[in-house]
Order: sequence, then structure tokens, then C-alpha cells
Amino acid sequence: MKTAAAILIVLAALLPMPWLVRSDFWLNFAIMALYYGFLGQSWNILGGFGGQFSFGHAAFFGTGAYTSAVLQLRLGIDPWLCLVLAGVLGGAVGALVGALSFRYGLRGSYFALVTLAFAEVFRILADSVEFTGAGVGLQIPLKQTAANFQFPAKAGFYFVILALTALGLAVAWWLKHSRLGARMVAVRENEDAARALGVDVFRTKVIAIALSGALMGLGGTFYVQYFLYIDPTIAYGPAVSVSALLVPIVGGLGTVFGPLLGAFALQFVNQFAQVAMGDAIGLNLVLYGVILVLMIMYMPNGLFGLAHVSARRLVRRAG
Amino acid sequence: MMLDVQDVSRSFGGLRAVAHVTFGVAEGEIAALIGPNGAGKTTLFSLISGFLHPDSGRIRFDGRDITGLEAHAIAALGLVRTFQITQPFGHLTVCENIAVGAHLRLRSRNAALSHAARIAERVGLGNRLDQPADSLTVAGRKRLELARALATAPRMLLLDEVMAGLNPREIDEIVPIIRAIRDGGVTVLLTEHVMRAVMQLSDRALVLNDGQLIAERAPRDIAQDPRVIEAYLGAGAARRVLEEPAHA
Repeated sequence: MKTAAAILIVLAALLPMPWLVRSDFWLNFAIMALYYGFLGQSWNILGGFGGQFSFGHAAFFGTGAYTSAVLQLRLGIDPWLCLVLAGVLGGAVGALVGALSFRYGLRGSYFALVTLAFAEVFRILADSVEFTGAGVGLQIPLKQTAANFQFPAKAGFYFVILALTALGLAVAWWLKHSRLGARMVAVRENEDAARALGVDVFRTKVIAIALSGALMGLGGTFYVQYFLYIDPTIAYGPAVSVSALLVPIVGGLGTVFGPLLGAFALQFVNQFAQVAMGDAIGLNLVLYGVILVLMIMYMPNGLFGLAHVSARRLVRRAG
Repeated sequence: MMLDVQDVSRSFGGLRAVAHVTFGVAEGEIAALIGPNGAGKTTLFSLISGFLHPDSGRIRFDGRDITGLEAHAIAALGLVRTFQITQPFGHLTVCENIAVGAHLRLRSRNAALSHAARIAERVGLGNRLDQPADSLTVAGRKRLELARALATAPRMLLLDEVMAGLNPREIDEIVPIIRAIRDGGVTVLLTEHVMRAVMQLSDRALVLNDGQLIAERAPRDIAQDPRVIEAYLGAGAARRVLEEPAHA
């Protein structure tokens, strides 16, 4: 119940942001932080709770993004309905990738490599076929109405990504308080012990990756609606996969708030890097790499773990 | 018969780990599977619990053929194993560890956690509920193995050396716990090197050597069986042990 209260407090604190922050720059900053936090939360479902480190979450993100773009442009389907369909297809691709790789017992780095391979195959396919616009990509025509999932002001997008953030937090909270979540964590900690206690390891992993993929698909739709453009490298390239895994690793794996915390921290670092290093393309990625190595070496529990331990120490000292 | 093992064999490469083993365990019984290291006890446990599949032979549990079933499906039927090398969910608390077992029968998280707390009390872990499983001693981990298995509400337990590595005082504590489990209606098949515990606990001892069942008798008679003595001490040892008067 404490976590549920904390979720409501965080959401309530974030809600009035568009009225408090007048500059589009900082509102965009908040939108991107929440957006990366949401992608991170999606990855966290499978990686943090389920212990399966994917390096190819772009496969689900890109599928969501193209679902939205293609269905809108080619079939004229309502963009809000596309959001739902993107979630469904993201989840379906997740289940497919999961079923294929977990069926053959792939774990650890083998699983990571196979997911990367899947994402790359999707990227090459999207690059080659006509209905995804091939290498040119797809552009969504500008028509800024809320009914069209395009907002004249950034505030609209802010509320959408906040709603998705709420969804992500709710899923993470539910996992902490449900049998499925307990089973996912058990599989992460020790597969043999989980099997011995009647946990269907294969099924648990497939559900975890489907859930993770569904959320990632929603993230893909948000990207398309916000930037009104998608191409194979953005959709299925490794950049999205790396962002999605970096955020929870920095913030705290398998925690409810870790991804949100990690996303804001990384967004600040990113902003700082752009100011400090100017236009040197790719330098911010170098910085990301360095942060990732340092975090794994010195702060395996992430920022949230650090905050947790410090809070406990304070309480002990006071008590 | 609660458990009925018929002519089960399993090889690894050229090594016959278990060869034509046949035995049964009656409902409500505590049977002990003993034998020297490498005799095939753990392999046999893995075959029964579905972690390995036999090359030939059938295994029935409560009249139902479970040969070839997945481990989790066998556990769901009520036949649950523990591990000789303890396998805790290291980062979870004792209570959360046991709750994973409780979830086999209970969907609700709260119900599973409170059931886990009750089970922890039964095996003497009641005061360690919130401790990470990683921080338990060997004795604590053995109890945790037992508690998790027990939380699944099993009809039969396969206990793989739950007393190995424990000191005599700790063994004296765990023996009555296992007896109480049986008295609660759970059939038990255990492997054990601690002979004192085997004598105190079991109704019947099965002796495995080189993957074959070589004897099956009451525990107190087992030390008199020439085949058992030779399995442990080598060929010719039986004659010396049985004929020489006991040394004072």
C-alpha cells in the first residue's frame, strides 16, 4: 500500500507540470524524460522483474511505431485505435520472439544476442518492403487536433505520456503484488528452484516478454505521434534498445520507480552533454557507455537502490 | 502405492547412472534411499521429479503415469523435491521464498505470504521472515528448502540430503520436523548420509549402489546386510566386519 500511495503522490506532483513550466524547452525535456522512463519501465518488466536481458527491445518498439504509421496512412485507421493495436502487435511480436528463444532454453548473453538479431531482421525488412516506406520512412501529415492524436500544444502530449507512465507504474506495482510477478522474480533468481515449486518457467517468461513488448509498442506509437516521422533506423535500430535498458539499469532494476528516476537522471546528463560537448555527434553515446559501465561496477542497485540504502542508514542513525 | 518406480534406467554417455531400478513407496511412509557417493541417488530423484527423463521404465505417482512430464507439472500434481545443493532465491526474503511455493495453490499474494509465514514457523524460521535468503547459514538454507517445498501443500516430498552439512544439534532439531510432516499426511522419500537420522526417521531403507538397487529392508537391519557393507567398504569387507567380534 505504501508503494501505491507513493505512485499516486508522484503522479499528482507531475500532473500540474504544463501549468508550472511555461517554456516549451523544459516541457519537452519532461516529455522526453517520461517517454524514456516509459520505455525503461517496459524493459524493466522483462529485464528487471523477469531477469531476461534483452538487447533488442527495438523489435517491439518499431513494431508499435510502424503499426501506427502504416495503419493510419494506408488504411486511415483512427490514431487512437492505432495506439491499442500497436500495444497488441508489440505484445504479439514479444510473445513470438519469446516463444522461439525460450523454447530452446536461451539465457543470458545468448538471449540478448538473439533479441538483437530479431530487431536487426525487422530493421532490414522495414528497409526493404514498400508498405513501410522502405528506407525513406513514413511521414504522418500534420493535422493538430486531439481527436487525431496530435496536439497543438505540447501539454497534450505531456498528459498522454503521463498517462502511459501511470500505466507503466501500475503494471510494475501489480507485478510486485501478484502471483505472476512473484513467479517472474523466482525465475530470475533461480530457474531450477522455480520449476521444482511448480512454476512453468517457459510460460512465465513468454508472458513477461509479451507484457514488456506490449508496453514497448505503445511507446512506439507515442514516438510516431510526437515526431510524426518514422524510419527503419529509428524504429528498429539499436539506439532505442540501448536507451530502454540503460534507463532501468541506472535507475534500479526490478523496482517500481527505478526507470522513472533513471530516465530523469539520464535526461539531465544528456542535456548537459549536449551543452558541454556541442555538436560532436555521438559523444553523448560515449558518455552513455561510460555511465553504464560505472553504474554496473559501482552501483548495481541503481539510483533507487542507493536512495533506499541511504534512507535506511538515516533512519537507523536517527533511531 | 503412492510412488511406483518400474524398471527405470538412465545413462549419461557411457555411464549408467541408474539401471533397472524398481521400487515403491506406500502412502504415509518415510522411505530412505541410501548408498555411497555417486550411487545415483540424486539422479534417481531428478528422474522421479521430472528434471531428467528416463531412457526406459515407467514412473507412476498415485496411480498416474508421470513418466516424461515436465518438472513443474509433476510438482503441481503434489510430488515436490528439494535440492541437495540448496537453491535459494537469493535476493528475496525468507518469507518471499516460501511464498513462491505457496503460490502453487494460492493465487492471492497476501494469502501466499501469510501461509508462508505459518510454514516458516513450522520449520523454525519464524524469526527470520524478513531476512534475505542469501544471509542464511547452511542449516537455515536447508530449512528454507524444506519450507518452500512444504508450502506447495505436497502429497509427497523428495528430500535430497536435507541434513548434509548440519551439526548433531541441528539434525536433532530437523528430525522431529520431518516426522511431523509425515504425521500431517505427507509421504516422504529421502536420501541421507546421516545414518542416525535414517535410523530415527525411516520405516524402510533402500540401498542404491552403482545405479542399482541392492537391498531393501528395515533400517536397523541394513548395516548387517553383506551387500550393503561391501557397497560402502569394498569387496571382502563384509566377511571381516560380520565375523570379527565388535571391537570395544
